[in-house]
Amino acid sequence: MPFNVLVLACLAYVIFLFSVAFLVERRAMAGRLGWLRSPLVYTLSLSIYCTAWTFYGAVGYAARSGLEFLTIYFGPTLVFVGWWWVLRKLVRIGRQHRVTSIADLISSRFGKSNLLGVIVTVMAVVATTPYIALQLQSVVLSFGVFASATPDGFTPPDAEQTAIWVAAGLAVFTTIFGTRNLDAKEQHHGIVTAIAVEAVVKLVALLAVGIFVVWGLAGGIGATLERIDASGLAAWDMQPGRWTGLLFLSAAAVICLPRMFQVLVVENSDEGHLATASWAFPAYLLAMSLFIVPIAVIGLDRLPEGANPDMFVLTLPLSEGQGGLAMLAFLGGFSSATSMVIVEAIALATMVSNHIVMPVWLWLRPAVAMSADLRGVVLNARRLSIGAVLAMGYGYYHLSGGSAALAAIGLIAFVGVAQFLPAMIAGIFWRGATRIGAALGLVTGFVVWAYALFLPSFGPDAVYSAQFLAEGPMAIGWLRPQALFGVEAMDPLTHALFWSLMLNATAFFIGSVLTFPGPVERLQGAAFVNVFDDQATDPRRWSHGQAEPEQLLVMAQRILGDDAAQSLFEAAAQAQGKSDSLLPDPTPEFLSDLERRLSGSVGAATAHAMISQLVGGATVSVEDLMAVASESAQMMEYSAQLEAQREKLSRTAGALREANEKLTRLSVQKDTFLSQISHELRTPMTSIRAFSEILTEGDLPPGMVTKSGRVIQDEAKRLTRLLDDLLDLSVLENGKVSLSISLANLREMIDRAIQAAEQVKPERGFTFHRDLAAENIFLRTDADRLTQVLINLISNARKYCDAKHPEIRITIRIKAGRAVIDVADNGKGIPKDAQSTIFEKFTRLPNESRAKGAGLGLAICREIVVNLGGTIAYLPGQGGAAFRVSLPLRLEAKAA
Amino acid sequence: MGKHVLLIEDEENIAEAIRFILVRDGWQVTHLAEGGGAARRAAELMPDLVILDHMLPGASGLEILAALRAQAKTALLPVLMLTARGQPRDREAAERAGANRFMAKPFANADILAEVRAMTGTAGPESGPENGLGNGPGGQG
Repeated sequence: MPFNVLVLACLAYVIFLFSVAFLVERRAMAGRLGWLRSPLVYTLSLSIYCTAWTFYGAVGYAARSGLEFLTIYFGPTLVFVGWWWVLRKLVRIGRQHRVTSIADLISSRFGKSNLLGVIVTVMAVVATTPYIALQLQSVVLSFGVFASATPDGFTPPDAEQTAIWVAAGLAVFTTIFGTRNLDAKEQHHGIVTAIAVEAVVKLVALLAVGIFVVWGLAGGIGATLERIDASGLAAWDMQPGRWTGLLFLSAAAVICLPRMFQVLVVENSDEGHLATASWAFPAYLLAMSLFIVPIAVIGLDRLPEGANPDMFVLTLPLSEGQGGLAMLAFLGGFSSATSMVIVEAIALATMVSNHIVMPVWLWLRPAVAMSADLRGVVLNARRLSIGAVLAMGYGYYHLSGGSAALAAIGLIAFVGVAQFLPAMIAGIFWRGATRIGAALGLVTGFVVWAYALFLPSFGPDAVYSAQFLAEGPMAIGWLRPQALFGVEAMDPLTHALFWSLMLNATAFFIGSVLTFPGPVERLQGAAFVNVFDDQATDPRRWSHGQAEPEQLLVMAQRILGDDAAQSLFEAAAQAQGKSDSLLPDPTPEFLSDLERRLSGSVGAATAHAMISQLVGGATVSVEDLMAVASESAQMMEYSAQLEAQREKLSRTAGALREANEKLTRLSVQKDTFLSQISHELRTPMTSIRAFSEILTEGDLPPGMVTKSGRVIQDEAKRLTRLLDDLLDLSVLENGKVSLSISLANLREMIDRAIQAAEQVKPERGFTFHRDLAAENIFLRTDADRLTQVLINLISNARKYCDAKHPEIRITIRIKAGRAVIDVADNGKGIPKDAQSTIFEKFTRLPNESRAKGAGLGLAICREIVVNLGGTIAYLPGQGGAAFRVSLPLRLEAKAA
Repeated sequence: MGKHVLLIEDEENIAEAIRFILVRDGWQVTHLAEGGGAARRAAELMPDLVILDHMLPGASGLEILAALRAQAKTALLPVLMLTARGQPRDREAAERAGANRFMAKPFANADILAEVRAMTGTAGPESGPENGLGNGPGGQG
C-alpha cells in the first residue's frame, strides 16, 4: 500500500466530511432537516464515546489485561439501559434551562454561579487535554505504521509535522462548523451529522477487520474460540474491586465527559430520541466490542513478539497483505480520533468562552457590553478558544513525547471528569445541595486526582521524584501519592478514583449541610430537582379537619367560578348520601379531590397552602412557601410561553386578515377586469376613430392632417403594445413560456436595463449607486427575460421617483444559492395599503398622473420572475420604492 | 361669443379631438386634464355644459359629478358623461350620480356634437342665447 495513496484517501475522506457537514448546515439553514433529526443520527453521534482509544486501544487493553476492557462498554450500557432515571432528567433540564455545557449545567444549578463555571471549565480542560493529545498520537502512530510498511524505502513522515497538520486541520473544521451561528441552544447539525457518518465508518471498519480475522485468519468461529481458550486471555483474573471501579468510572464518564454531555444533552433535539438510544447505543457498543478479543488473540499469535497491541487493528491486515482492509481500518481510527477532537473542542471552547473569556471581557469593557452587539465577540471568543484547546492538545503531545499506552491516558481523563459526578447528580436529585458544597467537592476531587493520578502519570522523576513517590512529601507516609492514608492494596487507578470521589463527595456533603443556599440557588434547585413535577402530587393526606364546608365553597367559587364550584360540591354531597344538602362533609377524600381541582387552576403548592389554611392544624411550612415560590417561577415561565403563543396567534390572525382583505380586493379586481380591459382598449380607439373621422371630412386647417396622422399612429402603437403585454402575460401565467436559459453576466444585464430605461423621463438626471464587483456574477437564467424585469423596475423608478436629486440603488447579494437583487429609489415610496396589490394586473397607484402603461408592468415582472424560479416583492422601509428580486443562481431547464 | 363647454378629460388626444370638433362648431371650450379641483373650477366658470370623463387622475368622474350636484350653484348644470368602460353597470352608476347623458367611447364625432346640441337645447351655439336647462344667470365668469 503506497503511503501517498493513504494520504490521498485521507484527504478525500476529510473533504467528504466537509461536504456532509456543509450540506447539512445548508439544509438546517433552510429549515429542512427532516430525517437528519432522527433518533438514529442522535444515537450514532453518541458514538464519539468510542474514540481512537476504543478503536485501537481496546485490543491493546485486551491483550494486556484480558476481559477488563469490557467494563468500558458495560458502564455506559448500564447508564443507557437505566436512562429513565438520570439521562432523561438531564436532557429535560438541559432543554428547559437551555444548558450549553456541563459547566453551564453545574453553574446554573447552583444559583448561576460563575465561580463554579470557571472551576468546571478549568477541570475539564486540564483533564481532557491529554485525551485530545492521545487522539493526535493515535493518528500519528497509525500513519507511522503505514509508512514503515511501505516497501519502497519511503521515508516516514515526521511525526511532529503530522501532528501539527492534523491539529490544524481539525481546528479549521471545528471553527468553520462549530462557530457558524450563535444559538440560545448550541446545536451544530452539520457536525453532528458528520460525526454520525464517522460512527458508521468506524463501526464498519472494526467489523470488517474482525470478520477478516475470524473467518480469514483463524478459520471460523469454532477455531477462534479454541484459540481464545488456549490463549488464557479469558482466564486472566478479575479483581472485583477494580472491575466495579472501572464499571462505575465508565458509567460516570459517559455523562460527565464534556463531549458526551455536548452530544447527549446540548445537541439533543428531541427527548424521545433517548428512548431509541437506550437500546441502540448499547447495541452499537456491543458491535464495537464483538471482535476485540479475537483480534487481540490472533494478533498475539501471529504477529512477532513485541508488536504494539494497540496497533493490531492496523498491523494484522497489513501483515497479511490486505492493503484495502488496512486502509479501511485506518479511516476507522482516523474517524474515531477526529470526531472526538472536534466535539471535545467545541464543548471545551463553549465553556472557555462562556465562563472565562466573556466574563473577563465584560469586566474589562463594561461600557461596550451594555450597548454593543456581542454576537461577534462571543463567536470570536469561541474561535480563539477552539484554537487554544487544540494548541494545548498538540502542546501536550509534543511535551509528553507520545509514549504512554493509549488506555492509560483515557482512564486518567475519565477519573478527572468523574469529579463532576457528585455535583451533577446531587444537583438534580437533592435540593439541599449548595454552591459552597459543590465548589468544595469539585476542588477537593480535582486536587486529589491531580496529586494521586495525573501528576504521577508523567512517570517517575518527571514531576515527582522517585523518592517522593515512595516515601511521600517530606517522608510523610500517609501522603504518598499512590498510597494515601496508608491504603496500599489498590492499584493506582482504583486508588485515585476511590479517594478523589470519596473526598469529593464528603466535602460536597459537609459543605452543603453547613451552608445555607441563597434564594436563586433555592429556586434553581427546586426547578432542577422537580423538573418533571408539572403537577406535584402531594402525598400528604388530609386529616378530618375543622374546615367549614361553607368556607371551602366560598374559596372554591373564587377560583373555579360559581357554577363549577357549586356543581362540584353538590356532586360530592350526593355521593356522600346527603341528598338534601349542597354542602358535603369535609372528608379527607373530598379535600383531596378539591385540592386536585384547585391545583388545576392555581398550581399544586398554592392549592395545598390554601386548603391548609382553612382546614387548620396544618400550618404553612417554609417548604410550602418555597414550593409556592418555585411554582410561581414556573408559572412566570409558563405565562411567558403563553404570551409568546398569544403573540404568535395574533400574528397568524393578522396574516389571515391581511390575506382575506387581499382576496376581497382581488375579487373586486377580477370583477372589474373586463371593465379595465375595455377601458384600456377603448381609450386609444376613441382617439383613432375621432381623428380618422376628422380626416375624412376634408376642409381642414393647416397642420391638422399631419397631426391627425401622428395621433392615429401613436394610439395604434399603444394598442399594439397593450395587446403584446396582454399576450405576454397570458403566456407567462399559463406557464407555457419557453425560456432560453444560458449562463449570463448579471452586470451586463443591469447595464442593458439601465440604458433601455433611459428613454423614460430622459430629462431627469438619475444617480445610480451600484456595486460593480458584486454584480459581476454569472447566472444560469433567461437573460432577456431578467433584463425585461430590470428594465421595468428601473423604468418605474424613473417614472415615479419624485426626489429632487433622484437616485437609484442596485444591490446584489448571494444567499443560500440565490441571487438577491434590490432595486430602490429615494422617492416617496408606495403607500402601505397599495403595496399588496401593485403586482396585480391593471393596478396603478392612486392619484398617479396617467403614466404610459396600462398597469401591467409589475404583473408581467412577477410572472417572469416566477417562471425563472424566483420571487419578487416590494421591500418596505427603504426610504423609497424598493423591489427585491430573488432568483436561483442556476435555473434548471424544465423537463419537457 | 359662442356658448361655453367645460371639458374634463385626461387623455390628451381625445380632448384634442373633442375640442377641435366643438370649436369648429362655434363653441368655446375650456379643458381640464385632471379631476382635482374640477368642481370648483366649474362653479367659477359656470359653463353651459360639462363633458366629463369617467376615469380621471386626482378625482374620478363620479366624484366630480357628486361634487357638482352637491354645490347649489352647479347642482343643475348639464353633464355629459363619457366612459371607456362600456358595461351597463357603469351607465347606471353614472345616471345615479346625476349625469344627464351618458356616452360610451369610442363615439362618432357627429354623435357627440348632436348630443351637445341637444343637451343645450340648440341646433348650434349660434342659434340663440336661451338655455335649455335653465342654469344660473351669466354665461361665464
